[in-house]
Amino acid sequence: MEDNVILRVATKILTPYILLFALYVQFHGDYGPGGGFQAGVIFASAFVLYTLIYGLETAKLVLPLRVASLCGALGVLTYAGVGVATMIMGGEFLNYNYLNSHDPEHGQHLGILLVELGVLITVFGVMVVIFYSFAGRRGAKE
Amino acid sequence: MIEISVNLFLLTMLAVTGLLVVRLKNLFTVAMVTGIYSLLSAVFFTLLDAVDVAFTEAAVGAGVSTVLILGTLSLVGHQQKEHKTVQIVPLVIVTITGLLLMYGTLDIPPFGKGDNPIHQHETTVHYLEESSHETGMPNVVTSILASYRGYDTFGETTVIFTAMVGVLLLMSGRKGKGSDCKEGDRDGR
Repeated sequence: MEDNVILRVATKILTPYILLFALYVQFHGDYGPGGGFQAGVIFASAFVLYTLIYGLETAKLVLPLRVASLCGALGVLTYAGVGVATMIMGGEFLNYNYLNSHDPEHGQHLGILLVELGVLITVFGVMVVIFYSFAGRRGAKE
Repeated sequence: MIEISVNLFLLTMLAVTGLLVVRLKNLFTVAMVTGIYSLLSAVFFTLLDAVDVAFTEAAVGAGVSTVLILGTLSLVGHQQKEHKTVQIVPLVIVTITGLLLMYGTLDIPPFGKGDNPIHQHETTVHYLEESSHETGMPNVVTSILASYRGYDTFGETTVIFTAMVGVLLLMSGRKGKGSDCKEGDRDGR
């Protein structure tokens, strides 16, 4: 697929919109359908598309495997970090009310935002890593 | 009337695609049909007003899974091995399980009725009535997933992370002795 002009140009045009849509799904999750999981998958699908059209080596220049796997760990760390932060601030693990000492509702907002961000980062990193790992192996028949 | 016929049409299409997956021998076609199956399920979930589930099904089932299945097929080949013999025991087991599941649906309360047990449970009532001023989230699904059931979502995120660790350990390309696969060989498709 790497020498097909239409696919290459279409990919270049589409990629930023896919990323933007993923962010919309992420931050609109409080009001409509969506959230970290879906947004992470959509964000990763932009890189899957890029890899399919431009090849694995080019994609790894944009997003190295190492960075993607770091993302996978960073998201879980963010999530757990929020839990530890609420414990330090005097509440139970993942009780966001304690994130804001004046207004528990604001604490909930902040907590949910951070936690969803953690889910997004993990799902994105994991999907990319899994795809890279499968695409990076040569089949028996090639 | 329209809703029933749309539902019937979708369920028939789901059954047809399911049978196609079983009958077809070319696995690339099967991967595509699985994607169609996921899209049909997503439409069906939308009709059941489960928009978040439909969204996930469309993104994960029809999108990423199909790509991952295709990636696997490019490694293992796309023709299914021929099975000449009809296997009786699995057929019997599947039939009995299917009949038992159908029998089980008889006990399920009718869909969407207001006085179903699930709607009367105090947890549901609490979520629906208190969620907006306890968490400030208009979308109850998000407030349940991220706040009330934050532990579950944390567990799910950890499971996904574990999947990545597993794939990296199994597929990172480090092979034992006697292999000619070097780092430079892994340039993909």
